[in-house]
Amino acid sequence: MSDISFVRTDMLPEQEPPATTVGFVGWARANLFSSPLNAILSILSIVAVLFVLSVILPWAFMSSWNATSLTDCREQIAAAYGPDHHGACWAVIKDRWVQLVFGFYPPYPIDGTAHLGSPPEGAWPAYFRPIATFVLILTAVAPVLFDKLPRKMLLITAVFPFLMPWMMWGGTFWNPVGAMLGFGIGYLAYRFIAPIAGSLAGVIAAALLPIIWWLFLMGGFASTMQSIIALDIPTVNSRKFGGFTVSIFIGVVAIVGSLPLGIILALGRQSDLLIVKALCVGFIEFIRGVPLITLLFVASTLLNIFLPPGTEFDIILRVLIMVTLFASAYMAEVVRGGLAALPRGQYEAADALGLDYWKAQRLIIMPQALKISIPGIVSTFIGIFKDTTLVSIIAILDPLGLTAGIRANAQWNGIYWELFAFIAFVFFIFCFSMSRYSMYLERKLKTSH
Amino acid sequence: MSELATERQIDRSKMHVGSDVAIQINNMNKWYGAFHVLRDINLTVNEGERIVVAGPSGSGKSTLIRCINRLEEHQQGDIIVDGTELTSDLKNIDKVRREVGMCFQHFNLFPHLTILENCTLAPIWVRKTPRKEAEEIAMHFLEKVKIPEQADKYPGQLSGGQQQRVAIARSLCMKPRIMLFDEPTSALDPEMIKEVLDTMIELAEEGMTMICVTHEMGFARQVANRVIFMDQGQIVEQNEPEEFFNNPKSDRTKLFLSQILGH
Repeated sequence: MSDISFVRTDMLPEQEPPATTVGFVGWARANLFSSPLNAILSILSIVAVLFVLSVILPWAFMSSWNATSLTDCREQIAAAYGPDHHGACWAVIKDRWVQLVFGFYPPYPIDGTAHLGSPPEGAWPAYFRPIATFVLILTAVAPVLFDKLPRKMLLITAVFPFLMPWMMWGGTFWNPVGAMLGFGIGYLAYRFIAPIAGSLAGVIAAALLPIIWWLFLMGGFASTMQSIIALDIPTVNSRKFGGFTVSIFIGVVAIVGSLPLGIILALGRQSDLLIVKALCVGFIEFIRGVPLITLLFVASTLLNIFLPPGTEFDIILRVLIMVTLFASAYMAEVVRGGLAALPRGQYEAADALGLDYWKAQRLIIMPQALKISIPGIVSTFIGIFKDTTLVSIIAILDPLGLTAGIRANAQWNGIYWELFAFIAFVFFIFCFSMSRYSMYLERKLKTSH
Repeated sequence: MSELATERQIDRSKMHVGSDVAIQINNMNKWYGAFHVLRDINLTVNEGERIVVAGPSGSGKSTLIRCINRLEEHQQGDIIVDGTELTSDLKNIDKVRREVGMCFQHFNLFPHLTILENCTLAPIWVRKTPRKEAEEIAMHFLEKVKIPEQADKYPGQLSGGQQQRVAIARSLCMKPRIMLFDEPTSALDPEMIKEVLDTMIELAEEGMTMICVTHEMGFARQVANRVIFMDQGQIVEQNEPEEFFNNPKSDRTKLFLSQILGH
């Protein structure tokens, strides 16, 4: 038995890890060459990446930035890099980037003329309104994204959905005021009707009265107020909207609108009220069963047939509504996934503490369900933003729609790659930022360790 | 399981059963679909009573206490809690839930909120207590369950026993008149069971009306003033703990006790 007894007399000192397991060598061994198959795959992948880069980099960087036409470009590239070299003709971007960004939005929407060359007397800087709108979007979204920013900035977030359309379309300031009043009416309706007629009647009134206000009374209110106190800026027709401006406009409205709508639809789908549930399920399944292009065609052509003759229903507004509804159906399903992942006990604990349905949803259920659904929600956002390019099919000149126009020009006839590469690059920046933000948010909200 | 849950002497000075009725259940029946899960339950709980509900799994004991705060709906009979009858009237349900605290087998803390926020949430949003006052109350009860130092952590960072004590503190912050415990120690390691039981004993010593569904027979013997044995959705036997354990009347109870105390 004494064979197995052992007593350590001197303690071992700490030693450096073997050199092959740390640093770059260690990393490469573990990640690239951990087995013969991995080593072969790694080498093949590196060769493939190098090959692709060897084609793309000379094309992208041995290129021409200063030219007036495609022929000019080719001559310059042939002169600089030899006749066999294929280089990108970025000059088209340099020549047309303003159009790709702003479409046909008038730089000085004062009197409807183009003002080529010099700006008119007393005008704001060129493209002031779309740029200011973009800055407004950034300021409104920032406090939602980063909770270190002052909470007072949320006031901007609250008014920006009303200000943004007004800044883009122009017209009287009383329109956004009227739109805001609709929400005030809804709140008051709930406040006064719920105690008298029960909370269900309150919710119905809070939904119906604002809709009546927006559809039938708001126009009169705005024009009356405008005649009393004139507060307006020049209007811009929807047909002038284009380029990344219209992509971002539609994307932001659809993203901002689809999340709350999606949450309501997801809750409706889980509701015990049979009719509410049936309506929500019907809506979600219908929208998900129909391609977005079909809905856009309905918005652009068919809707006019159903509306009373002479009704002017703005094309961009119709697209906004369709894209938002489309996105909200997908959002509803993503949020429902988050709701389904919550353990039953969370609902029971909220109930047992005496929280009513809405408080339980707001304080307990939604914060957790939305947190679980962050990857899905952001995926849907990215999808919506990219789907905005589909509006080119119904003749709205988003960046993709503009490429056809640019190529139709004799100077740039025959150019493809450069335009699409540029558009892809801009979309990538937006979508990649959203994706990175979602990862940051997931890390930040992680409370289990 | 028959050994004492805790070594210390229990202070019985405040543990007395009052004459006011806290919970009154008359001829209550409940079905899950076609399954008759609770059959003709009659139960009167006086203020200050400490009742342990025991029985094999599936006997309906959890369902019974979940009916008391309407987490489950009963189909026949009346349940009157603190003078308020539980019907489908939401106002009555909210009123009862404000007065009745509950602890669950799986704690059901809110994982996205800190311990302190878990405790202050209901007082702030249901009782409309100012935040500062709610935080003071919460710290008071966290001290009582002996984990004030964890107040700023999240539930996921705590052990099971600590989480259950937080859950108890969270319920107490609403200053309930009645506490329901639904197998509070069943999901815990043996070491942690003791700390939770100690907390529950302290609560009993202060005269709280309690109904506990538990398999801790030591706790039942020491703390309860009445043990109820349920089987197949019915109350089979109820008695004072001494009588219940030493001199069970029904064969079903004898069998159950021999199984649960036999090893």
